[in-house]
Amino acid sequence: MLGVMVILFVVGCTASAARAPLFPAAERIRVATTTSLYDTGLWGHLEPMFEKKYKVELDILYAGTGIAFEYGKRCDVDAIVTHDKAREEKFVADGYGVNRIPFAYNHFLIIGPPEDPANVKGLSPEEAFKRLAETKAGSFVSRGDESGTHVKEKEIWGAAGFEHETVRKSGAWYIEAGRGMGPTLLMASEKNAYTLTDAGTFLAYKGKLDLVPLVDKGAILLNVYSVIAVNPEKCPKVNIEIANNLINFLTSPEIQKFIGEYGVAEYGTGLFIPCAGAELEIQ
Amino acid sequence: MVELWHAFIKALELIASLDSEVMEITRRSLAISVTSCSITSLICVPLGSLIHFNRFPGKSVLINVIQTFYSFPTVVVGLFVFVLLSRTGPLGELGLLFTPVAIVVGQVLLIMPIMIGLTISALSGIDGSVVETAMSLGASRTQASILALKEARFAVLTAVIMCFGRAISEVGLSIMVGGNIKGFTRTLTTAISLESSKGDIELSLALGVILLTLALMVNLLIGWLQRR
Repeated sequence: MLGVMVILFVVGCTASAARAPLFPAAERIRVATTTSLYDTGLWGHLEPMFEKKYKVELDILYAGTGIAFEYGKRCDVDAIVTHDKAREEKFVADGYGVNRIPFAYNHFLIIGPPEDPANVKGLSPEEAFKRLAETKAGSFVSRGDESGTHVKEKEIWGAAGFEHETVRKSGAWYIEAGRGMGPTLLMASEKNAYTLTDAGTFLAYKGKLDLVPLVDKGAILLNVYSVIAVNPEKCPKVNIEIANNLINFLTSPEIQKFIGEYGVAEYGTGLFIPCAGAELEIQ
Repeated sequence: MVELWHAFIKALELIASLDSEVMEITRRSLAISVTSCSITSLICVPLGSLIHFNRFPGKSVLINVIQTFYSFPTVVVGLFVFVLLSRTGPLGELGLLFTPVAIVVGQVLLIMPIMIGLTISALSGIDGSVVETAMSLGASRTQASILALKEARFAVLTAVIMCFGRAISEVGLSIMVGGNIKGFTRTLTTAISLESSKGDIELSLALGVILLTLALMVNLLIGWLQRR
């Protein structure tokens, strides 16, 4: 009996000693990132580059913008990468974040089945949402997870003259996925439904989807990604130095160029437009 | 069905080619689950026999509570450990959130009730005269308990297998307190969850096949030890 445990334990320890450290290395930085940036695969490339340059372990947590703020407030991450300007500004104003640094942007898209049952193609985002809610001629899959994309969706409902709560409860056509951007796209495709997505994740998933972009123009569709270092005054344990390195890294000309070219080879067009430090106003 | 077949082939390919990332994740899954299972066994087998061999008021209530905890949802345990280990939480100073240690802590809490409960039922299943005889021959209570555990070893080892199974297959807890960090806290189940959310069903299924193969190997090992 005890023999079994000892053997199991030894097996476990050798297995872990082989490669996977059970205890964290000294220098680590934790970043909670919006799912849309992760699902495009961008972090998969940036992570090793950053680790090589600064000789630290970068831990990426796949988290919607909502939970990313929560991790930041609880001091469980050193920086957050999100795309929800209003809540980002509040996060900084409340003293949880040091500074909000935009580093890339793209646009949101309303996508749906090619046959477009609600006939929203070419409309403005607000009109398209209005028609979806009024005709209910197709399903709509919402992220439903307080992510940046979800907040944007609620903003568009508001701009279209609807109370989001009313829309939510208006019937089975409105589906709340409660998952990341990638899974939500896959669900929308399975259900042949409309959804709101960032252009980057859509392009990265395009091959797996039976959905097409229907609305891609409108000031409200601007989607800006920012990085915020968690404030060491609120959270003495966070590593502000490495967090600042990450910000410098993301806004460096070399990485900005990389972000701008990311996806060109694979998808024919870039997924993001670099905008180091500049505040974008809706044009 | 073709998809399942492809996944199976893919799993074999991944195993045969010793794909470094998959091997790393597999090793980590195994290490975490074996560690939590060992810790739990060392705590809970003695604890279970202590409960079994002692009479005290509320014993049956306690056993009922323990058995209710068998069905504790992994995400709820995850939430509890998250709040406990978060830097603003009571054990935040330790900086353990989003580390493999956090997953071990959670898994231990998750499988403790099962280990205690099944130890108690294992001991209930043995012939009571064994213990009585040993005591009448002058064995101490501890010696008698060890004897009883030896008698019940098959059932106790089955409990260990159950616990290992619950630990290696849970996903909600690992994501919540481990964070599914690549190269650090990503385990087989969290990788499956991520890959399927990316739409890579084939790879997800292949990882599932690897997980089951791992469980089979552990079961064979324990079975072999049982027979010795």
